[in-house]
Amino acid sequence: MVHIKRLQEDGADILAVVGEIDASSSIELDLAIAKSVGEGSTKILVDCSALEYISSAGLGVFMSYIEEFRDKNIRMVLFGMKEKVANTFQILGLADLLHISSNKLEAKKLLNELSV
Amino acid sequence: MKTKALIRLTFLAAIVTWLVMLFSDVTVLFSDLKGLTPDVPVWLPKVMLDLYVISVFYYYKFKIERDESLNFTDLLWRVFATGLVATVLSLSLRVLDFLLGSTKLSSNIFFIDVEYLVNLGLLLSFLIAAGTCWKRLILYQKSKWLIRGWLVFEMLLLIVLLSDSLQIIFKEWLFTSISILTGLLSLVLSANMKWVAYLNFKQKWTSLLLLLLSFFYLGYFLFTVIHFSDEIKLQSMAFLDFQNHVFNIYLFSFVMLYSIFSFLVILFNLPTSSVFEQKLEEVVNFQRISQSVQTEQSEESVYKILLESSVSSVFADAAWLEIKGEQQQSRLQTYQITESDAHKIQEHLNGRHVKGILDQSSDKTKNLSNHLATLKGTRFRSLMAFPVQVKGEKIGTLALLKELPEGFNKEMTQIVSAFANQAGISIENFRLLKEAIQNERYKEELKIAKMVQKSLLPDKLENDNDFEISAFSESADEVGGDYYDTLRINDHQVGLIIADVSGKGTTAAFHMSQMKGIFHSLAQEALEPKVFMMRANQALKYCLERGSFISATYFVVDSKEKMIYYSRAGHCPVLIYRAASRKADYLIDKGAALGMVKGKDYCNFVETNTLPYASGDIMVLFTDGITEAKGPRGEEFGLDLLKKTITEVVIRGPKEIQEHLIKKLYEYTGTEEIDDDYTILIVKFR
Repeated sequence: MVHIKRLQEDGADILAVVGEIDASSSIELDLAIAKSVGEGSTKILVDCSALEYISSAGLGVFMSYIEEFRDKNIRMVLFGMKEKVANTFQILGLADLLHISSNKLEAKKLLNELSV
Repeated sequence: MKTKALIRLTFLAAIVTWLVMLFSDVTVLFSDLKGLTPDVPVWLPKVMLDLYVISVFYYYKFKIERDESLNFTDLLWRVFATGLVATVLSLSLRVLDFLLGSTKLSSNIFFIDVEYLVNLGLLLSFLIAAGTCWKRLILYQKSKWLIRGWLVFEMLLLIVLLSDSLQIIFKEWLFTSISILTGLLSLVLSANMKWVAYLNFKQKWTSLLLLLLSFFYLGYFLFTVIHFSDEIKLQSMAFLDFQNHVFNIYLFSFVMLYSIFSFLVILFNLPTSSVFEQKLEEVVNFQRISQSVQTEQSEESVYKILLESSVSSVFADAAWLEIKGEQQQSRLQTYQITESDAHKIQEHLNGRHVKGILDQSSDKTKNLSNHLATLKGTRFRSLMAFPVQVKGEKIGTLALLKELPEGFNKEMTQIVSAFANQAGISIENFRLLKEAIQNERYKEELKIAKMVQKSLLPDKLENDNDFEISAFSESADEVGGDYYDTLRINDHQVGLIIADVSGKGTTAAFHMSQMKGIFHSLAQEALEPKVFMMRANQALKYCLERGSFISATYFVVDSKEKMIYYSRAGHCPVLIYRAASRKADYLIDKGAALGMVKGKDYCNFVETNTLPYASGDIMVLFTDGITEAKGPRGEEFGLDLLKKTITEVVIRGPKEIQEHLIKKLYEYTGTEEIDDDYTILIVKFR
C-alpha cells in the first residue's frame, strides 16, 4: 500500500511517497507523477524518506518518465532514500539515470543547478 | 401403441355387446308378446348391458384417464363433445321417426325398443364418459384417503351393477346401507373441487357454459329414455328397463351431483378468480427473475422484468427504475412516464428535503405519497419507492406511481419488496458468474503462460571440463519472468545468461521468450558482453512496453584463458567465492537494465568486466526472488545471509550447494509455498 502526498515548495512539486510500491500500487505513483506533469510542473521532488520498499514495477514507473522528462525539459530529483531502497535503484542501474540526493536541501540545490 | 390397441378393442367390445344386447332384448320382447319361450336366455340382455357398461368404462379409462395432456377445460370439453355426439345421434333418430310419420313402423313396439336401446346406449356412454372425467377432476390433488374413497365407490357401483343383472336380491337392510354408503361417498367425493381454483377467468366462463350444456343433455336423455320405456311398458314388461337398473340411477345421480357442485363452485369462484390469477402471475414473475441467470439474459433484462412484474402486480399507473451506473451516473427505465416527469418528481422531493430513498440515501421502502400532493402539474397521487440492493449495497431505486390517492396496500408493498430482493439476488448472481468466468480465463491464461515459461528454460545445461553448473528455478502461482540459459560458442567459450523480466503473467512469459531468442542469436556471434547487451537493448527497444524492462547478466566463460567476461544489465550482483582466499564477495560494477535507456547512449550505461577464475572458485547467480524472500516477521533473506549460506558449503559440489541453499531458504521463510520466483545458478570451477 502506498500513500502519496503532494505539496509545493519554492516553485517545485514535492511528492512524498509513504509505504510500499508494488505492482498494484505503482499505478498510483504513475498517476501522481502524470498529474504533476499534466499541471505544468517542471520541477519535481520525490520524497522517498518514508518509502519502505519498491518493486521492479515501481522502478519501471520512474524509468518510463526519463525520456519524456528529457524531451520536455522537466527535472526530477529523488531524495531521502533508505539504504535498502537506494540499493534497488543502484542494482538496476537507475541511480545513474535518475537524479538522487541524500536530503531535501541537497535535492533543492541539485534541482536549481539542473535548471540553469 | 398398446393403449391405442386397447382403445380399439374396448370400443369393438362395446359395439358387439350393445348389438347382442339389442338382438337378445328384441327376441325376449318378441317371445313375450307372442307367448313363446325365447330362444335366448332371459338374462342375456341384462348381462350384455353389464358387459357394455364395463367395455365403455374401460374405453374411456384408456382414452381419457390415461391421457396426461388434457387440462381441466379439455376434460369438460370431452364431456360436452361426447354429449353433443350422443344428442345429435339421438336427435337424428327422432327426425327419422318424424319423417316416417304415424306409419305402422313408427308405432311398432320393436322399433320403439330399438330406438330406446340406442338412446340408452348413448346415455350410458355419456354418463360413463362424464364419470371418468369427474374422476380425474376429483383426484386432481390426490391423497391416500381420497384414492381409497374412490376405489370403494367404484367397487360399490360394480356390486350394484352385478347384483342388478344377476338378480341377486339383497336383504332390505343391506340394500339400504349400500345405497346410503354410495350416496355419502358421492357427496364426499363431490366436495373435491380443487381444480376450480386453477381456472382463469375465461376458463371459468367456458366451464360454466360446457356444464350448462351437459345438464341439457342429461335432461334430454332422461326424458327420452323414460318416454320410450313408458311406451314399451304399456305393452310388455319383458324388456331391459333401465329404471329397474339401480346402477344406472346411481351413476346418473353421481354425474348430476358433481356437475351441479362444479357449476355452483365455479359460479361462486368467478369474482375471486382475478386474485388467484394475480398470485399465479406473481409466482411466474418470480421465476422469470430468478431464472434469468440460467437463461443467459443480461442485467438489463432483469431490470425490465422487475419493472414489468412490479407494475402488473400492484396495478401501478406508471413506474421508473433508476440504476446507478458504474461511474455513478444513473440510468432510468420508465413505464408510462417520461424521463423528464420522473426527474421533476425527484427534484420536487429533493427540493422539499424529503429523506427518502429517491435521493439514494435510505435503504428502506418508503411511502412518499404525502409529498406528491404539493407537486403541481402531475396526475399522480400515490408514490411508493423500493431499494434494489446487491450484497447490501444499494444499486438502484424502484418507484411506483398511481393516480389514485392511497393506492398501495400492505400486500402490494410486500410483493414488490420481494420482487426487488429477488432482482437484487439475480443481479448479484450475474456479477458472480461474470467474475467466475473472468477468473477462469485468467487461470487458464496463467496456466498457458506457466507452460510457456517452463518450456523456455533449458533441460540441459552446457558443461565443460573446467566447470560444472547446477540450476534451480521455481515459480509462484503467478508466472514470473525468470530466465537462464547456456550456449557453447566454440570449443573454449561458453555463453551463460540469467535474466529477470519485470512484471508477471503472460506478458512476462512473452518477453522471456524474446530474451531467449535474443540470447540464442547473439551469443553465437561470440560478442563481447557489453556489445551483447547493447545489441540486446537495441532489439528489445520496440518490444518492451512503457515501464517494463529486463534485468540480465551475460557471461562468457573462456576456458583457454581461464577468464570470465561479463556484463551486468541491472541484474542482481554476482556472488563469487575465491577458493584461494576463502572469501566470498559481491561484484560491484555498473549497468542499467535492458529497456531502460532507449537511445544509442545505452553504451554509456553498461560495461564489460573481466574476472579470472581458478579451481574451486564458485560463482552464484540468482534473481531477486531469493534475496527478497521474507521470513515470518517480514525481514528479507538478504545478500548477507545468502553469502553466509554459500560459504558454509563451499567444498561440496554445485548440486549440493544449490540444494543446501534451497533448504535454508525454505527454513527461513517457514513455508514451502513461495510468493515469488526463485532462480539460482551455481557454477563451480574445477
